[in-house]
Amino acid sequence: MRSLRRILAVLFKELTQLRRDRMTFGMVIMIPLIQLILFGYAINTNVRDIPVAVVDQSQTGLSRVLIQMVEATRVVKVVEHHTNVQDAEEAIRSARVRAAFILPDDLDNRIVRSPSAGFGTPPSTDEETSRPVAQWIVDGSDTLIASAIKSLRSMPLSELFREPPNRNTATFEVALFYNPEQRTAVNIVPGLVGVILTMTMIMFTSAAIVRERERGNMEMLINTPIRSLELMIGKIIPYVFIGLVQLGIILGLGHILFGVPLSGNMLDLLGGTLLFIGASLSLGLVLSTIATSQLQAMQMTVFVLLPSILLSGFMFPYEGMPIIAQYIAEALPATHFMRMIRGFVLRDATFLDLYRDVVWLAGFFFLGMIVAAFRFKKRLD
Amino acid sequence: MSRDFREQTVVKARGLTKKFKDFKAVDNLDLSIERGMIYGFLGPNGSGKTTAMRMLTGLLTPSEGSVEVLGLKVPKDAEALKYKIGYMTQTFSLYGDLTVFENLKFVAKIYGLRGSIQKKRIPELLERYELSELKDRFAGKMSGGQRQRLALAAAVIHKPLLLFLDEPTSAVDPESRRNFWEQLFDLSDAGTSIVVSTHFMDEAERCHKIAILEAGRKRADGTPEDLMHAMGANVYEVEGPDLRDMRLKLLALEDVVSAAQLGARLRVLVSRRVHNPEDWLTQRPEVRQATRISKVRPNLEDVFVTSTGEGRQ
Ligand SMILES: Nc1ncnc2c1ncn2[C@@H]1O[C@H](COP(=O)(O)OP(=O)(O)O)[C@@H](O)[C@H]1O
Ligand SMILES: [Mg+2]
Repeated sequence: MRSLRRILAVLFKELTQLRRDRMTFGMVIMIPLIQLILFGYAINTNVRDIPVAVVDQSQTGLSRVLIQMVEATRVVKVVEHHTNVQDAEEAIRSARVRAAFILPDDLDNRIVRSPSAGFGTPPSTDEETSRPVAQWIVDGSDTLIASAIKSLRSMPLSELFREPPNRNTATFEVALFYNPEQRTAVNIVPGLVGVILTMTMIMFTSAAIVRERERGNMEMLINTPIRSLELMIGKIIPYVFIGLVQLGIILGLGHILFGVPLSGNMLDLLGGTLLFIGASLSLGLVLSTIATSQLQAMQMTVFVLLPSILLSGFMFPYEGMPIIAQYIAEALPATHFMRMIRGFVLRDATFLDLYRDVVWLAGFFFLGMIVAAFRFKKRLD
Repeated sequence: MSRDFREQTVVKARGLTKKFKDFKAVDNLDLSIERGMIYGFLGPNGSGKTTAMRMLTGLLTPSEGSVEVLGLKVPKDAEALKYKIGYMTQTFSLYGDLTVFENLKFVAKIYGLRGSIQKKRIPELLERYELSELKDRFAGKMSGGQRQRLALAAAVIHKPLLLFLDEPTSAVDPESRRNFWEQLFDLSDAGTSIVVSTHFMDEAERCHKIAILEAGRKRADGTPEDLMHAMGANVYEVEGPDLRDMRLKLLALEDVVSAAQLGARLRVLVSRRVHNPEDWLTQRPEVRQATRISKVRPNLEDVFVTSTGEGRQ
């Protein structure tokens, strides 16, 4: 009874302070809002309109049509014309363009012989036909841009002669479930819940105990009969609600602005999010018992946040990472949540389908609380 | 709250020592504080007053020695002790972004006071410590004196048997200090034992008993009167021209414990080793120019100076 009263006292006090702290209060709303709009619109793995330079050494009607065809793919956009390759390379080096399209002077000849032009397939022993019609020089440092241009490699050329593209029989049939239109936002928005919750939850709680220490309130608090677990619980409950508000903002706006489906299993989603919030908060509390200043707490938050963004599967597929990175990723609550929320929101998965992540997050939460309560000593030394 | 009348000594400490690395902030301190008393720790900054109090309340673990407060072993039983003691920290430690009322309410709940008791106790404290009008003021926006009253109200909200006050008046004006001491006597009268630290002589003089601390060691303890009586020096006031020069010459003498100028007079402490101090002093060549030499009653500052050797520095 006394325990409950003390937890409520801390909870109520935190809420009052939070309400008066405009800055923090604003961040609670603004962080998800801004990040959602920023990431939702900005992150796009379907690269378009890459600026390129053209070096047309043949200057024929065919070469001009070929350039137009390439531009029509919307993958690239011609912004510069040069007469020699050196100038085009210079343009790449100075980052005015990302690639150069070089059409040799015997272009017409090459096109006619090319199998892509669709005049039947000449014998493969014919050395002439193995020569590509033109060349791309690409700034390969950005792999996304490089692979976008690489996708132009086997562009069919039959259209050059106003003929229907030859029927390409695919080796494999690919059916795209869950995101058939391949919109990046559908994958990014649910993941964003994980990133934003990681950021705000850990940031707020990691500062929670340090702040009391920095402002001198700790000496008063530890002189009272409050128990460390009561203090911890009272301190994190307000943030649970904040986390749920943020979940609502991101998924709601994600639905309105980016058409992210909300057909999934809402109850499981709520449960999963609560688990993740709990895990993040308890991690924040542990950091708070380690940090000696709010600045340090902030640095530790960033230390956790960066791998949570980069390794959790939010930006790059988990499966593509080396084993070591996968182990690190497994230790982060964000990785498990990323799997869960994409499962719940996009794939209609249930708790049962994802029980491993559920168990892991629950375990992380309890362990975190125990470690935090254990580490928090009602002593000054 | 049950009162334990059997125990007559509220604080017992033996050989209490606190080391920070190699530095002894409190060194082999023995204390015995009786119930109902206002007990003062008198000492300059850095003498270990705060450290000693923190060990008595279980906030710091002693490096050596044993502590028993209200019959409970500290730090072992520190948690049980927390219901019975109040502690007012040296720097204001309530929440600046909460109002007076919210702060008191928070502390009341933390001590587990029931709603009905809170409803009686909080207005009572607001009234007693002249905070009723400031009830909705943010604690961070109040003056030193107002904060001090709030801190005291919060420290006694659960009616502690023993109250620790760490330099409670260091940030307030003399008027507030006087009022504050009246409040302490009221509390003491009502049966609360009080341990208070200070570096003000006049405050120490108000205590029933004091311990003089210097560099972590207890130099003397007892009632202020006893201490003045038993002081190891006789006190004289010397008047005359050129006191600055006279002071330096006197200080050079081995039997002069201290010489301090007070306006147009020089307060000279002559060691008890000198048999006939009055004759000894008047016949010294150093005071040849003096127009008047008179013996005066020692005060606590003299006691402090004699027992700490401050005067020689
Ligand atoms: N946590 C600590 N670490 C190291 N030294 C400390 C610590 N706390 C106090 N001290 C040192 O111990 C001495 C006594 O400090 P303190 O008890 O605060 O004195 P007072 O309260 O009488 O001013 C000081 O020299 C201070 O610097
Ligand atoms: Mg102090």
